[in-house]
Amino acid sequence: MNDSAARKGIGLDVLTLGVFLSVLALVSLFLTAKTEDPLMKVHAVILLGAFTLGIAALFMRAASGLNFDQTRYEEGLIKAGIVATVFWGLVGFLVGVIIASQLAFPNIMYNPDFGWMNFGRLRPVHTSAVIFAFGGNALMVTSFYVVQRTCHARLAGGVWAWFVFWGYQLFIVLAATGYVSGITQSKEYAEPEWYIDIWLTIVWVAYLLVFLGTLWKRKIKHIYVANWFYLAFIVTVAMLHIINNLSVPISLTEHKSYSLFSGVQDAMTQWWYGHNAVGFFLTAGFLGMMYYFVPKRAERPVYSYRLSIVHFWSLIFIYIWAGPHHLHYTALPMWAQTLGMTFSIALWMPSWGGMINGLMTLSGAWDKLRTDPVMRMLVVSVAFYGMSTFEGPVMSIRAVNSLSHYTDWTIGHVHSGALGWVAYVSFGAMYCLVPWVWKRKRLYSNDLVEWHFWISTIGIVFYITSMWVSGIMQGLMWRAYNSFGFLEYSFVETVEAMHPYYIIRATGGLLFLIGAMIMAYNLWRTARGDVRKGESVPDIAPLPSAIPAVS
Amino acid sequence: MKFKHEIFEKNSLILTLGILVVVSIGGLVEIAPLFYLSSTIEKVDGMRPYTPLELTGRNVYIREGCYLCHSQMIRPLRDEAERYGHYSLAAESMYDHPFQWGSKRTGPDLARVGGKYSDAWHLAHLTHPQAVVPESVMPPYKFLLDNILDGRTIEADLKANKMVGVPYTEAQIAAAKSDLATQVDEYADDYDGFIARYPGANVRDFDGDPEHLTEMDALIAYLQMLGTLVDFSTYEADAEENLR
Repeated sequence: MNDSAARKGIGLDVLTLGVFLSVLALVSLFLTAKTEDPLMKVHAVILLGAFTLGIAALFMRAASGLNFDQTRYEEGLIKAGIVATVFWGLVGFLVGVIIASQLAFPNIMYNPDFGWMNFGRLRPVHTSAVIFAFGGNALMVTSFYVVQRTCHARLAGGVWAWFVFWGYQLFIVLAATGYVSGITQSKEYAEPEWYIDIWLTIVWVAYLLVFLGTLWKRKIKHIYVANWFYLAFIVTVAMLHIINNLSVPISLTEHKSYSLFSGVQDAMTQWWYGHNAVGFFLTAGFLGMMYYFVPKRAERPVYSYRLSIVHFWSLIFIYIWAGPHHLHYTALPMWAQTLGMTFSIALWMPSWGGMINGLMTLSGAWDKLRTDPVMRMLVVSVAFYGMSTFEGPVMSIRAVNSLSHYTDWTIGHVHSGALGWVAYVSFGAMYCLVPWVWKRKRLYSNDLVEWHFWISTIGIVFYITSMWVSGIMQGLMWRAYNSFGFLEYSFVETVEAMHPYYIIRATGGLLFLIGAMIMAYNLWRTARGDVRKGESVPDIAPLPSAIPAVS
Repeated sequence: MKFKHEIFEKNSLILTLGILVVVSIGGLVEIAPLFYLSSTIEKVDGMRPYTPLELTGRNVYIREGCYLCHSQMIRPLRDEAERYGHYSLAAESMYDHPFQWGSKRTGPDLARVGGKYSDAWHLAHLTHPQAVVPESVMPPYKFLLDNILDGRTIEADLKANKMVGVPYTEAQIAAAKSDLATQVDEYADDYDGFIARYPGANVRDFDGDPEHLTEMDALIAYLQMLGTLVDFSTYEADAEENLR
């Protein structure tokens, strides 16, 4: 993978990737010819096309004789990652608005004759699009940016880094087309079937190696704290993904598989995975983002180095235990439920350790909240992180959970974290990155950032308050008794009561989508180098692409 | 020797190893014992593997994402027991690869929906939910009537289940394809053989269309057996070995 060794001719990275893609193309060709499963056939053709395109791209690159310049940072990949992040964000939010509208108005998109637009098939498209496509691309692009800048090294692996990027997009396409056509193993946030899981594993291992390889090339002795979080995210997600997706396919040419585990053990494994998809994908990775972009934007050092050490190790140790709080009062043995609850409550402390470290980094720079809407977005994201990591432990208490479980309260909780924390810190990072990598002196418009911020914030407030009310109300209605000792409400009466809140929720989601569209426009104009007339936006210090010769 | 955090900050592989160790502990403690502690799953009478038709219906249930709005896990709370029936046992999902406990009740729990409604009600409801429940927000599944089952993979389905631990017999696997059709026809030649293989299974035309074996047959057959297998007349919830 040492691409600098081959200044002329074909680099080792191109060669290894070429061989690898050729093998994969042959496998998918075989699969296309052999499979009797119509759904898998479609995927085999997509795979074949993707690998063929990859090989063609490699040929063009080899023919061009270009090599990666080791004295400069990789920034083309960062640009591609930003485009992918914003694109998938819009897709994910849009599908969210659609399925929220389906619950509010079940007679829209009502198709008795085919299933692919039904809520049950679109919901995984929404969750995977926002978590893995939007969130995953945001994590990948920022980790690649941060690891280079904090190591004073160009991204390792040459074309393999591009393989990680395109391989991940291919995973997203396979997952999403699978869901709508009915390929799912029904494990929430791990719905893709066995061969898509294998593909993601390959891409993920390459991701880990590119990341580690860059760390190995570093010219800075200490590994910066953001990279610990990114590394924990990559390593742990690999572990969770592999174990939770262990299954036996009915044939190598069929999409269907059966989970290796069943019942209780399967449930426990799934929620060990599920909660740590939150803990490591949506938290540890994004904390890595926070630890770079908040201090960078505030131009202040991280508040406490010691706190970051304590909070890092305690966070990753404790998070792993929290899964059973998804299974309170179920057939999971009580001892496991109690362990899950105990650690979930304990998790409050490292979570707030992270929040405090992020917020206090603003010490001496609080005025930026007034002057810099991007800074405000980053700070509000940390505040939402603090709020939802307080709400989570409360909901993990068994008595509270008996009310909140199975209701919209859970959905509201997830969205205060996902919209308020994950999306906002990503938006903040995108607003930082676009002028940096496109070498612009400023954003196209700060006013549009203000519009984005306020419209989305109102959207989040609509969303989470309506879900609090509907969730707690439905939980109470389910357990309400009348004076004769009978259940007060039939189930469908509680469904009917949800209607106004589902409308408010869909409105909140729509506002959030509109905010993101404003961002996309603003970023696009920024990348083009436009400046909105009549706005005095302070210049951003230029960040050169050249790697410092002396570290 | 004084421990210094520096060692993690300067060696990426030691950091990686440290992360792996720290994140492994919780899972090991919480998951591993569930596989060998005998108290995890209650001893019950009546559990049997799914019939080929029920398994096919279950796969339709999974494919359509029913679990996203319907749980199959009744909690031991007074209102749930009164609304849905006896709380769910671990034993009831021991052949479920994967489990279908769900996490959200946009619609009601289905763990014991078997036998609660008629086949005709299910057919009407799945075809056009609002026809029988006007306030429902459920989407329609009329297209299941058009999807004819050919049993192309059913034998492989049973074999894969056997590989992951479901006690399907050789006889059950060999008859898988014909059992699909047998379960919708009380007058089938192999009726007695089928009932011997799957004691207590419902045998009848489920979707009101005796001419065709459809995914609607399969889904209704699955829904009609949910939560009906365990014999609660012989199950003592308060017995020592069933307290967990």
